[in-house]
Amino acid sequence: MNGSTSSIRVDLQLIAEMVEPSSRVLDVGCGDGELLQHLWKTKGVDGRGIELSQAGVNACVRNGLSVIQGDADTDLKDYPSDAFDYVILSQTLQATWNPRTVLDHMARIGRRSIVSFPNFGYWRVRMSLALNGRMPVTDNLPHHWYDTPNIHFCTIRDFVALAEDMNLHVERGLALNGVGRPMGVTATGALANILAEQAVFLLRRA
Amino acid sequence: MSATETKSLPGQRIELGGNGKLRLDCGVELGPFPLAYQTYGELNADKSNAIMVCHALTGDHFVAETHPITGKPGWWDLMVGPGKPLDTNRYFIICANVLGGCLGTVGPKEVDPATGKPYGLDFPVITIGDMVRAQRMLIDHLGIDQLFAVIGGSMGAMQVLDWAARYPERVFAAIPVAGAARHSAQNIAFHEVGRQAIMADPDWHGGDYLSHDTKPRRGLAVARMAAHITYLSETALHRKFGRNLQDREALTFGFDADFQVESYLRHQGITFVERFDANSYLYITRAMDYFDLAAEFGSLPAAFENTPVRFCVVSFTSDWLFPTSESRAVVHALNAAAANVSFVEIDSDKGHDAFLLDEPEFREVLGGFLNGCAEHKGLNRS
Repeated sequence: MNGSTSSIRVDLQLIAEMVEPSSRVLDVGCGDGELLQHLWKTKGVDGRGIELSQAGVNACVRNGLSVIQGDADTDLKDYPSDAFDYVILSQTLQATWNPRTVLDHMARIGRRSIVSFPNFGYWRVRMSLALNGRMPVTDNLPHHWYDTPNIHFCTIRDFVALAEDMNLHVERGLALNGVGRPMGVTATGALANILAEQAVFLLRRA
Repeated sequence: MSATETKSLPGQRIELGGNGKLRLDCGVELGPFPLAYQTYGELNADKSNAIMVCHALTGDHFVAETHPITGKPGWWDLMVGPGKPLDTNRYFIICANVLGGCLGTVGPKEVDPATGKPYGLDFPVITIGDMVRAQRMLIDHLGIDQLFAVIGGSMGAMQVLDWAARYPERVFAAIPVAGAARHSAQNIAFHEVGRQAIMADPDWHGGDYLSHDTKPRRGLAVARMAAHITYLSETALHRKFGRNLQDREALTFGFDADFQVESYLRHQGITFVERFDANSYLYITRAMDYFDLAAEFGSLPAAFENTPVRFCVVSFTSDWLFPTSESRAVVHALNAAAANVSFVEIDSDKGHDAFLLDEPEFREVLGGFLNGCAEHKGLNRS
């Protein structure tokens, strides 16, 4: 086992810390499998992944990870209820066609869901709209309005309201700065909605 | 090649079903019967490193050696050998000639002990499940409790899926390549064309050609020609031949092989006849047609319920015989069963045959998947 944790992205590191050892995990939008590899090496997690890009999938399988090519919007419905301990959606929610349906399936398939997303309520985003009158382009949101894969932005407060509406209980929440480091503010609070660039939530069915 | 000549081929030939016959899906009890197989690499002390390779319709057990009849390299020489994805320094590779085949395992050209004559059409109709049952008898004979992996392309993939569904506790990892969980109407249709070509040849003699000391060469060659087209893609055919003429400057205004593609197909047909038995072709194509895992188990997810097997499903973009949609259907069923599954679609313009050809991405994915499985199983490097 390789205990080194420094090599993976900070926000993935925070997600990994929310996962119990030896649990079953489905990573939706797993990219090149960085998180799954880390969870297997450090926590003995039985991980599976879904990834949209074939290149990402092939890289994962080459590395011995169990990953299929698929789409969060269309392929989660196949999975039986309670098949996993955790279903993870990292920086992907805003790119789905039906975020609520995706979250619904995640809550059905997994005992817990972990969701991370960029906060559209971040003050620089607000300023960009308010002062420049232009759609914001930041380090974390580098796309222009016409070429962005992100079609369903939300603020932290929007997300928390949706979770409440869906009867999902927030077990843990982390407000993160631009480089993915946790900030000393309550994730569900008003300050986080202004100061945090991204957030991670651990949810379970209430 | 006659039944007596197959006995002199390389590899092993054992008798199975001596005590405890093989009960076929059609109801017939078969045994004792010969089964020919070949192995590469060494079986380790706890017999945990065996990989069963399942061959395709017209394949055989000479996977990684010069073919004893054609003199060509083994059909998966690229994949099986020292340092290759199916690394013979690490794994023990087994491949058996399928039931109904014609290179040593019992099939329609072998002698029926009851009559002393070749079976011909008296040979019982066999299924993919029957082929797998016979392979299970082989690993019982070899004392192998669990195969580290079962892998195969095309009809081989059907056997892989059948293995995983029928004997999940005997399989650690399953790799169905360019396959499907059922034979499609289009594929049954192509097979029917091939069978009709064989049966329309007067030399077929109602399946009894061996008694007439002949064989339906023309019919079998046409069957092979038609099938061969389905193994390639339009792109691959065009790249290889285009509209190029065969050894001539101009069209001949006749029905000789003017085009290179005609000449190529004729050659494929003629050489195939030398190594394959026409009745075997009828029986094995029938086995593929009958294959439908969902029908057998009630539904496809039911076939894999609570399966402990690790799957890696592979398809190729230009394969129109076993298209990616068929593999995806398998993957959806495996997801519904919460199975451990990987699925890769390899970008290739070589059609169905891509699984037999040099596709570096395919080899890398396969090697990586097997390495990951070995790590999960705790299979030590020797």
